[in-house]
Amino acid sequence: MTQLALVIDLNVCVGCHACVTSCKEWNTSGWAGPMVDENPYDGSPTGTFFNRVQTFEVGIFPNTETVHFPKSCLHCEEPPCVPVCPTGASHKRADNGIVLVDYDKCIGCKYCAWACPYGARELDEQQKVMKKCTLCIDRISDPTLSDRDRQPACVLACPTNARLYGDVHDPDSEVSVAIRERGGYQLMPEWGTKPANHYLPRRKTQMHISPDELTRVDNPLRKEDLTTYTGEETLDDLAW
Amino acid sequence: MQDPIAHSDSTVGRVEVKETTCYMCACRCGIRVHMRDGEVRYIDGNPNHPLNKGVICAKGSSGIMKQYSPGRLTKPLRRQAGAERGTSGFEAISWEEAMKTLEERLARLRAEDPKKFALFTGRDQMQALTGLFAKQYGTPNYAAHGGFCSVNMAAGLIYTIGGSFWEFGGPDLDRAKLFVMIGTAEDHHSNPLKIAISEFKRRGGRFISVNPIRTGYSAVADEWVPIKPGTDGALLMAISHEILKQGLFDRDFLIRYTNAAELVIDEPSRPDHGLFYRAEMHVEEGCFDPENKLWWDRNIDGPISTHTPGADPRLMGQYVLDLDGGIAVKPAFQLLKERLESCTPEWAAEITGIPAETIRRLAHEMGVTARDQKIELPIPWTDCWDNEHASVTGNPVAFHAMRGMAAHSNGFQTIRALGVLMTLLGTIDRPGGFRHKAPFPRPIPPCAKPPHGPEAVQPNTPLDGMPLGWPAKPEDLFVDDDGEPVRLDKAFSWEYPLAAHGLMQNVITNAWRGDPYPIDTLFLFMANMAWNSSMNTSEVRKMLVDKDADGQYKIPFIVVCDSFASETVAFADLVLPDTSYLERHDTLSMLDRPISEFDGPVDAVRIPVLPPKGETRPFQDVLIELAGRLKLPAFVDGEGKPKYRDYPDFIVNYETTPGSGIGFLAGWRGKDGDKVLKGEPNPKQWEMYAKNGCVFHHELPPSYQYMRNWNKGYLHWARAHGMIRYAEPITIHLYSEVLQKFRLAAQGKWPGRQPPERLRARVETYFDPLPFFYRPLEDQLVDIERYPLNALTQRPMAMYHSWDSQNAWLRQIHSHNYLFVNPLVGKKHGFADGDWIWVESHTSKVRCMCRFSEAVEPGTVWTWNAIGKANGAWGLGQRADESRKGFLLNHLIAEELPPCEAGDHLSNSDPVTGQAAWFDVRVRVYKAGPDEPKVTSPQFNAMARLPGQEKQRGRWQAYMAGVFGKK
Amino acid sequence: MHPAFSVIFLTTLLGAGQGLFLAMFTGQLYAIAGFVPAQDGPFYGLGSFVALFLLVVGLGASFFHLGRPERAWRSAAMWRTSWLSREVIILPALMGLLFIYGLAHWMNWTAPWFSIGSTLEVDATLMFGLLGTIASFALFVSTAMIYASVKFIEEWHSTFTVFNFTLLGLASGFMLAAGYSAYIGSPLVPFFGTWAVVLTIAGFISRAAHLMRNARLQHKSTVQTAIGIRHNAIVQKAQGAMGGSFNTREFFHGRSELTVRMVRNVFLVLVFPVPILLIVIAYLIASTTLPIIAFLIQYVGLIAERWYFFAEAKHPQNLYYQAIS
Ligand SMILES: Nc1nc2c(c(=O)[nH]1)N[C@H]1C(S)=C(S)[C@@H](COP(=O)(O)OP(=O)(O)OC[C@H]3O[C@@H](n4cnc5c(=O)[nH]c(N)nc54)[C@H](O)[C@@H]3O)O[C@H]1N2
Ligand SMILES: Nc1nc2c(c(=O)[nH]1)N[C@H]1C(S)=C(S)[C@@H](COP(=O)(O)OP(=O)(O)OC[C@H]3O[C@@H](n4cnc5c(=O)[nH]c(N)nc54)[C@H](O)[C@@H]3O)O[C@H]1N2
Ligand code: SF4
Ligand code: SF4
Ligand code: SF4
Ligand code: SF4
Ligand code: SF4
Ligand SMILES: [Mo]
Repeated sequence: MTQLALVIDLNVCVGCHACVTSCKEWNTSGWAGPMVDENPYDGSPTGTFFNRVQTFEVGIFPNTETVHFPKSCLHCEEPPCVPVCPTGASHKRADNGIVLVDYDKCIGCKYCAWACPYGARELDEQQKVMKKCTLCIDRISDPTLSDRDRQPACVLACPTNARLYGDVHDPDSEVSVAIRERGGYQLMPEWGTKPANHYLPRRKTQMHISPDELTRVDNPLRKEDLTTYTGEETLDDLAW
Repeated sequence: MQDPIAHSDSTVGRVEVKETTCYMCACRCGIRVHMRDGEVRYIDGNPNHPLNKGVICAKGSSGIMKQYSPGRLTKPLRRQAGAERGTSGFEAISWEEAMKTLEERLARLRAEDPKKFALFTGRDQMQALTGLFAKQYGTPNYAAHGGFCSVNMAAGLIYTIGGSFWEFGGPDLDRAKLFVMIGTAEDHHSNPLKIAISEFKRRGGRFISVNPIRTGYSAVADEWVPIKPGTDGALLMAISHEILKQGLFDRDFLIRYTNAAELVIDEPSRPDHGLFYRAEMHVEEGCFDPENKLWWDRNIDGPISTHTPGADPRLMGQYVLDLDGGIAVKPAFQLLKERLESCTPEWAAEITGIPAETIRRLAHEMGVTARDQKIELPIPWTDCWDNEHASVTGNPVAFHAMRGMAAHSNGFQTIRALGVLMTLLGTIDRPGGFRHKAPFPRPIPPCAKPPHGPEAVQPNTPLDGMPLGWPAKPEDLFVDDDGEPVRLDKAFSWEYPLAAHGLMQNVITNAWRGDPYPIDTLFLFMANMAWNSSMNTSEVRKMLVDKDADGQYKIPFIVVCDSFASETVAFADLVLPDTSYLERHDTLSMLDRPISEFDGPVDAVRIPVLPPKGETRPFQDVLIELAGRLKLPAFVDGEGKPKYRDYPDFIVNYETTPGSGIGFLAGWRGKDGDKVLKGEPNPKQWEMYAKNGCVFHHELPPSYQYMRNWNKGYLHWARAHGMIRYAEPITIHLYSEVLQKFRLAAQGKWPGRQPPERLRARVETYFDPLPFFYRPLEDQLVDIERYPLNALTQRPMAMYHSWDSQNAWLRQIHSHNYLFVNPLVGKKHGFADGDWIWVESHTSKVRCMCRFSEAVEPGTVWTWNAIGKANGAWGLGQRADESRKGFLLNHLIAEELPPCEAGDHLSNSDPVTGQAAWFDVRVRVYKAGPDEPKVTSPQFNAMARLPGQEKQRGRWQAYMAGVFGKK
Repeated sequence: MHPAFSVIFLTTLLGAGQGLFLAMFTGQLYAIAGFVPAQDGPFYGLGSFVALFLLVVGLGASFFHLGRPERAWRSAAMWRTSWLSREVIILPALMGLLFIYGLAHWMNWTAPWFSIGSTLEVDATLMFGLLGTIASFALFVSTAMIYASVKFIEEWHSTFTVFNFTLLGLASGFMLAAGYSAYIGSPLVPFFGTWAVVLTIAGFISRAAHLMRNARLQHKSTVQTAIGIRHNAIVQKAQGAMGGSFNTREFFHGRSELTVRMVRNVFLVLVFPVPILLIVIAYLIASTTLPIIAFLIQYVGLIAERWYFFAEAKHPQNLYYQAIS
């Protein structure tokens, strides 16, 4: 069975929010749109986004890490948001594992949002139906798009390529390899939701220089190690 | 709902995809604009574009919301008779009226005194056109944003290595092993740098960030080196000290390609002290550094012409030339060594707050990586001295630096120090190090020169010289007989001799004070000078409306060309509504700042994908029409009739001089479009660009891609294609003779122009031919015990200066800003995370909210740049977070230094280049009183909606392309 | 969690309605057994209609919780997995049963259908009463399970939730029954009153135990598991939206800790000791108004209790929404 998902590489995510607005841009005019904004030009502007980039600080100065953390629906393999939905609007597709909401069925009871530990669902405050990341299903399955373009908008946008997309059930896919080889992990594993989206941890490249590496035989200083003499008096001029 | 699998966007509405170039910021990525039924449906990156390779950023993806923003201007506006300036009391007028007003006024000024017209432009990319207009008009008072942006970066490196970071070059992260990024948050190369950093990290490269703050790129660095602001010079000097001490420099590179081994006269009594000893030989006059200098050869133990085959010069020592009765000389490198002697890691640790051990380790990492991980590419090339090289080699240590270094008043010398360090490591235009981007490298300094005196400004005559340029000696300054400035912004005067980009930050203050003279018309294009691009903003806003004794505005007439209801628009007497970037033709030209890649020149255009909104008109068209009406020579034919129909016509047909074959666009020149960079006008040029994604990329052969300062093949190619005037080697100025000439003048030893008395000491101090560290000027002049903290701003990745607050999506990410402080600061001053606090500098104070952060050095406080807005601007409602909870740090930053011996009204800028010292400001913080209102201070009267501007939008906005505009 | 008044009213009104009905039926059963004097049909009938009325109002309130009430009918679809669906099915069923039960009493449809043994004559009221009882308990469970089944809202994920909903619903229903009897002038006031007191005490034990459990609760999710980084100093700085989002509005009550504690103390007083005291006094002074007041006070207390129930719950999603900047 196919389980499409994103793998987010925290090692390179610089927190640029490209994935945030490209997602909004694609989806507001797409199958899952519009994505409504409230007070778009006034106090406390707020609106529906399927993807948000958050920032965390880890550690105490000067040993601080700043972590940018993008989060959208994780398309859980055991999605707790689905069984609780009374209308069947929330569903997980059998063909590709994407968790979706059918807005025509949704009654806006928000129960699914309560049942998502990740805060990945957002109610559209004007349309009053629940919305969430669709994994850009209307892009990735649109046969009129080129292969390259049949990827989620956020993935195409991401300047650091921190968002990998593919089938996590296919052991040879780019995402599976990345998860396997780079220590990909799931969020809140304690709940058994088995998020399909994974995160790749930070990696550090260190450098070690041993003291004997510092000077080499061809050190250019050797060419200059000459004490200069500019013609002043020497013993040769005085002693005999 | 329809099964999404069966949903295809292509069936929903009429689809078109148009390619153009983004202008949500100055990075200028290629974009594809997907339209549905005439509305923008989706903007994504153009996968075939050399710059962004298909990716896009947060701003680029939000272009839709800029296009449909309620902040847009739609009609030309005139301040109503009787309405006070600054109150937005406008009436809509026709373009004809607007043009007539301008024509009459500007024609009159041009006939009387062209310098009474000042044209200053902000974050535009049209300096080639605006500069041409100003020159043709005859006013010296022209500059773009460079002076308040990063001229230190440009000048510091261009005067050292003939190219720079910023838009002129960058780190070769494809091949680097160690990458050191200093004082960079976002930079212009936004997407490309992100692409490069991530790929670099994936390959296992080591990434070190030197910055008082850890956000953005620094967040993913392998090591964060927090530094006290304004002290990078000390760090770099100490690193160089250690590199020298350990012998980790690239001797071979220094000898062949830099002036390290060249002999400098070392006799303080001589008038030519500190200049290179130059042999008498025929030298062609030009703006390059003639090679009539000497080395001290170790084999013959005597002087020898530089680059003599077989010679092996000494880098150290002191020698006596057997000439003129003996002249003491030293290789430039020896002088550098002496300079660096006292710059120990321990010394720098005190200043920078970085442990000496770390400094030493950084030096070792750089030196050992450069030495031991040499890259060799099998690319044969020939140097200027006809030596054939079988390969291109490189030392894979790359640096990048931006405004963290530039925006301090010691930035020029600090950046010189960086240039010197990069040179010591042998990383200039070599794989894995720094790489130039066309049209760089250029001679040191480049050839363009400002006019030399007041006589260059004559009625009804083009300016004699370029309004901006690169002085190489005191005679190149633009001063009168008393050594006082001719330009309004005092650029190229003894106050800021190398002000290559002007000093826009002082224009309003100077014009208001009438110092050096009053002007009549101030024309601002794409610059928010009443807000975030001014220092001391509250006062500047007062100057804009200040009147003299007889009730006339001190700045009589202000013209603003903008696309949005910015804060500055309120202060205009005449408003010209510009189009959006999706509605106009634009060129990102080789004559300005193109988007070249390391491998060769790249330029790009914009082609409209939408019709202009309302009555907006592309500013370029306006300028060309105005030039025609004013009969500026370059824009009219022999009979005084306008030569160009409009901007697209101008772009295709204009040549820098008739027949030069050089024009705004480098691609598809020549009748058949088969020429590159140089060639006759091609009437089909726009079509060619359109067909090619609006971008032209000329990839140089590999043998021309490296070592370009000394690459014979490249230099000849560049000359043949009109990029440079001389195919001469561009020797790196480790030791700057140019600076020494100014110093000699200050010391009274220069035979020509000398600075006024009050400035002698200043010029003598800061025009040091070798880099040195000094405390930023504000530190020297204010009580730093009272103002113990440095206050900085950073670019947020999801906002461009002030202009994205009207963007419904982006403003949700940053609707207001906090002052970030280390928790220790809060603890010391008794306030908590989230509290309202006052931030006070020596001139002003602001009230804001604070946020604790462990990612900032405890001596620094900072905020995101330009998030705070004036009430009512940008089409925002009066309760908008931007004005209630957001604040602008600029209110705190003085545009002038406290009075000192060098003058009472010196700009708060670098004493060499005039670069605005935004990041020098010192502050103190304290908790706001419990009864104080929970809004930021200062507040301003709400800006009224403008005629033609949309009414306040409602509570809901549900954008859906193809449906949105239709009611 | 942000306490939604629609849901607060829904659950408390439903609880009181179910309780009232169960009180009526208990009264009937006791009367059959001869422990209390039998009442005339309209007593039960009216009581059930009052109960039904509460259910209707509760249901009405619940519509305010829905974004799209016009589609509420769809919500019965997923009874196999969703407790909400189950509630949605059982609630109208219970309403129907209540209606018939009430009607049967009202109309005196007491002709026995059959008898069990020789003594227990089963008529329509008994039959529908029984079915109604089953439905009521099923509804208590369903309503409570909507909350108790969300395992990561750990404050809710407990059998105490089911007990509380049930016991407090019953208590308020019996309290209402006492008030109702007092109002009508029925002699069952002490009977219902006693039950109300017993149930209130049981409810108190359950609720107090729940509070104690929650006070000791160690949340499984931490910011460390939320973002997958092991370090003991992790602080959020930005959540990507400064003007708030659904996630900040729906899952945070936005009140101070002090307010929350105050509400808890208020409900601990209003729901338990005060009504009990009033019932005891009413018993002593044979007041007919005090039981009504007791119910009203307890009901107000229950609104606070439900508010607290929401406010106390810390949703793990909140770990992602701690700070803006
Ligand atoms: N998204 C976005 N991109 C932009 C812009 C924008 O507004 N938004 N603006 C564009 C423009 S006009 C420009 S000029 C560029 C500027 O690009 P940057 O130079 O990257 O921009 P700044 O945000 O000014 O970054 C300055 C950095 O220097 C650090 N810094 C300050 N003082 C010191 C110091 O003394 N030492 C060191 N080591 N670091 C220091 C600050 O913490 C900050 O990280 O960005 C361009 N790109
Ligand atoms: N405190 C502090 N202040 C700073 C800086 C800092 O780091 N700290 N950075 C400085 C730097 S580096 C820079 S470059 C300046 C930037 O300052 P500015 O150049 O003033 O940049 P913006 O604020 O973006 O304002 C540009 C104006 O252009 C308008 N505009 C946008 N698009 C168009 C268009 O298509 N046509 C026309 N005609 N107008 C348009 C916008 O509405 C806006 O009014 O800010 C400087 N100010
Ligand atoms: S992340 Fe939340 S919304 Fe998405 S599938 Fe998992 S539980 Fe459901
Ligand atoms: S809000 Fe919509 S999708 Fe969520 S549970 Fe309710 S009906 Fe289902
Ligand atoms: S996959 Fe699509 S819907 Fe999901 S976050 Fe990315 S862009 Fe948004
Ligand atoms: S676009 Fe990529 S780098 Fe930018 S925030 Fe999203 S995941 Fe991170
Ligand atoms: S980096 Fe600048 S030019 Fe490139 S997509 Fe973003 S806003 Fe546009
Ligand atoms: Mo800038």
